[in-house]
Amino acid sequence: MPSLVLNVNGGARTVDVREIEEPLLFVLRNQLSLTGAKYGCGLGQCGACTVLIDGEAVRSCVVPVGTAVRKSITTIEGLGTEAKPHPLQEAFIEAQAAQCGYCISGVVMSAAALLAKNPKATRDDAKQALVGNLCRCGTHQRILDAVVRAAGGAK
Amino acid sequence: MSAAGPPQGARPLGGTARSAARGDHMNLTRREFIQAGGALVVGFAFNGNAGAQRLPAAEKAIGKTLDASEVDGFLAIGADSDVTIYCGKVDLGQGLRIAVRQMAAEELGCAVDRIALVEGDTALTPDQGPTAGSTGVMRGGVQIRQAAATAREALIGLAAERLGKPRAELEAVGNEVRPKAGGAGVRFGELVGDRRFGIKVDPKAPLKDPATYVVVGKPLPRPDVRGKVTGRHPFVHDVVVDGMVHGAVVRPPAVGATLVEVDEASIRSIPGARVVRVRDFLAIVAPSEWDAMTAARSLKARWSEGRALVGDAGVRASMKAGPFEADESLVKKGDAKAALASATKRLSAEYYWPMHSHASMGPSCAIADVRDGKATIWSASQATHRFRETISRLLGLPREAVRVIYLDGAGCYGMNGHDDAAADAALISRAVGKPVRVQWTRADELGWDPKGPPQLLALEGALGPDGKIAAWRTEMWIPKATASLPNMPLLGPEAAGLPQTQGITTGLISQNGNPPYTVANQDVVVHWLKDAPLRPSNLRAPGKIANGFAVESFTDELAAAAGKDAVEFRLAGLTDPRGIEVVKRAAALIGWRPRPSPGPGGVGRGIAYLHYKNNETYVAIAMEAEVDKASGAIRVRRVGCAHDCGLVINPDGVKAQVEGSILQTLSRTIHEEVKFDKARVTSLDFTSYPILRFTEVPEILIDVVMRQNEPPLGAGEASATPVPAALANAVFDAAGIRLRTVPFTAERVRAALAQANKA
Repeated sequence: MPSLVLNVNGGARTVDVREIEEPLLFVLRNQLSLTGAKYGCGLGQCGACTVLIDGEAVRSCVVPVGTAVRKSITTIEGLGTEAKPHPLQEAFIEAQAAQCGYCISGVVMSAAALLAKNPKATRDDAKQALVGNLCRCGTHQRILDAVVRAAGGAK
Repeated sequence: MSAAGPPQGARPLGGTARSAARGDHMNLTRREFIQAGGALVVGFAFNGNAGAQRLPAAEKAIGKTLDASEVDGFLAIGADSDVTIYCGKVDLGQGLRIAVRQMAAEELGCAVDRIALVEGDTALTPDQGPTAGSTGVMRGGVQIRQAAATAREALIGLAAERLGKPRAELEAVGNEVRPKAGGAGVRFGELVGDRRFGIKVDPKAPLKDPATYVVVGKPLPRPDVRGKVTGRHPFVHDVVVDGMVHGAVVRPPAVGATLVEVDEASIRSIPGARVVRVRDFLAIVAPSEWDAMTAARSLKARWSEGRALVGDAGVRASMKAGPFEADESLVKKGDAKAALASATKRLSAEYYWPMHSHASMGPSCAIADVRDGKATIWSASQATHRFRETISRLLGLPREAVRVIYLDGAGCYGMNGHDDAAADAALISRAVGKPVRVQWTRADELGWDPKGPPQLLALEGALGPDGKIAAWRTEMWIPKATASLPNMPLLGPEAAGLPQTQGITTGLISQNGNPPYTVANQDVVVHWLKDAPLRPSNLRAPGKIANGFAVESFTDELAAAAGKDAVEFRLAGLTDPRGIEVVKRAAALIGWRPRPSPGPGGVGRGIAYLHYKNNETYVAIAMEAEVDKASGAIRVRRVGCAHDCGLVINPDGVKAQVEGSILQTLSRTIHEEVKFDKARVTSLDFTSYPILRFTEVPEILIDVVMRQNEPPLGAGEASATPVPAALANAVFDAAGIRLRTVPFTAERVRAALAQANKA
């Protein structure tokens, strides 16, 4: 059983996998107890599993764990905590931007990648950046409000 | 762990999830508000909001009464004066967690933050019926409010004795009872801490005067949002039970197919994976989730042919063909047939609503531990108490041996696959004697979740000489199976040949087929079909979205035929002041100017109004949309919704539900239709079953009418119902084409434009 070392949220973590094709998502959730990223489709279509790899928002459900070695992985747990949320998460709390919340970790991570590249992102920038994230509850308007708020823009 | 006992073995994978929530990070907005409101406040946060397993104090309460006529059924007060509420309704993402706390806090006189809420646990919460039909606040919350008012009166009585003062001079505020005039009070915990009330809920216990409300009516933040946006909120998908293994179900390649043969050797390369088969129920169990999924994909099995399905293209024709169960007359006023026959201006039209998937973001998931004659089920069920009967029946266990505990799932808007997944897990767990987690795949969810049923409506109407509606007929064709479902079995038990309780209803799907306007001659009839093309279920505002689509599109057609402005035409037929108010307010939100439709082109506007279930929430939606004539794409620019659900518990919570209802229903109206062939569903991913994307999101304006002296009504469904008609009417206003078949795909719009050009 191959043993891999992953760099997750700034720390080295060793995982044992039966096959290196196992998607990163399941390794994060089941071996590292990082359950913020969610399984939504397994096809890279919905964005619920979004994490950052070397700063890029990627769908961890279609990233073979073997290809994530020696890269810097950031999950939602690496952003902030309930006691000390990241400013972006604080903006989501202010906007009350979650209903069921199943999609929201992925949405936050896609937004984090956007703001890292474009700290002054507009509402339209946010719409484009989140086009690959689906939300079934219809929380879109609040999510956009939150991203714009985090970017320092008016609501 | 013992099967039906306290689930101490359950822990969230996220580690310290809820312990962090107990910290001191109370959000400023809430703190400021509570101070301003004068309630007692200081440094604690919501202590637990998920399942009973996160509330050790609640676990100690096992054995408490579940009787909804007892105060102790709903409410307990600890020695520390903190309050625990036992709520049979659950939070599916709709904000019940804050709304119920607000209702209880207001009546009891306690701080919202000092309420722990236990939801949907058959060992702890009274049966308050399923969380469905927009009844969370209007029924569930109202029951708890009455229990809280009863408890407050009892506490004041106890304090009166203790303090030697008349009851009338005392009040309950901030988890204590104190003299209104000031002076030392006595804390709740000193009065009843850790003891039972031992009294019935008094239906006459006085409720507070809404004019004095300090908690109800305020936009308090929801306690679970912080955990959700930081990835720490525990979903059923995230929970690990000691000794748990992973199950994956292998569904047949065709609906109704039976299992002929399984080649167990085909998964031999996956260590630890094994096949579980009960008649036609086929599953894999493996130590890891990925191995279970991989094995389920690799497993070779031979199945019989399925039953021949009608296919998505054949649904509409099949609905008029029958066979039928019965015809039912829902409304009969005057003589519609005669009035139609003699009218000079008469219209008729047919509207079709296709099958929809719940398309929940997370495929259904559940954990079951069936051992030693007991069963514990962790499930996102909307109806844990009712589901306990189902589990009890299918496992052949006495009801008392089964415990169902609610944990959050991905948002469901009716019965998606959550109960199926739980039944799957129960069957596999029983077979292997270990706790089993089952998570469906995306294809399982879109393929096998019970579907929102198809609906076909034919309408006829006539205008009188005064330009008002003189006669109206609605004929509906809807599957009977969707009204009372003896034949909505759960998939696993059906395949395994096990007994099942009667299925749930898909909601009152024949409601709101009547015009919400004064019409002297009306007939509304329904032709109940014996069966549905695919297994049906209740899906948000069941039936009433399609009925509203037909009725309010047709009203618009009549207004256009009369050469009248769509808002004025509606107002002329309304007498209920609350209805009139929402129509006016919705129109005002988008700056409506009176004129007949269609308009001059460019951006069009449409309006639609519904009185939900004819006796609940009043809602009107005005919408602006434009049509790209080359591509056929519809772009929704602005949506204005005026919403009157009586007493508003949490205006921000209402807004969130309205936003969600609007966007989800736009998605259903513009994009969605379940595709299937003779054998099976073929729209199995988000490419073949597309839902709304961020780039399509319009501006949404919401006007929440606050009627704090009226009873509370539901807010989770009503605003979905005017959406399709408002959009169809805006498209007609913009482009002169009338869309009567959902979804409004670009292809369908282009066809309608071509047709209009020919005419």
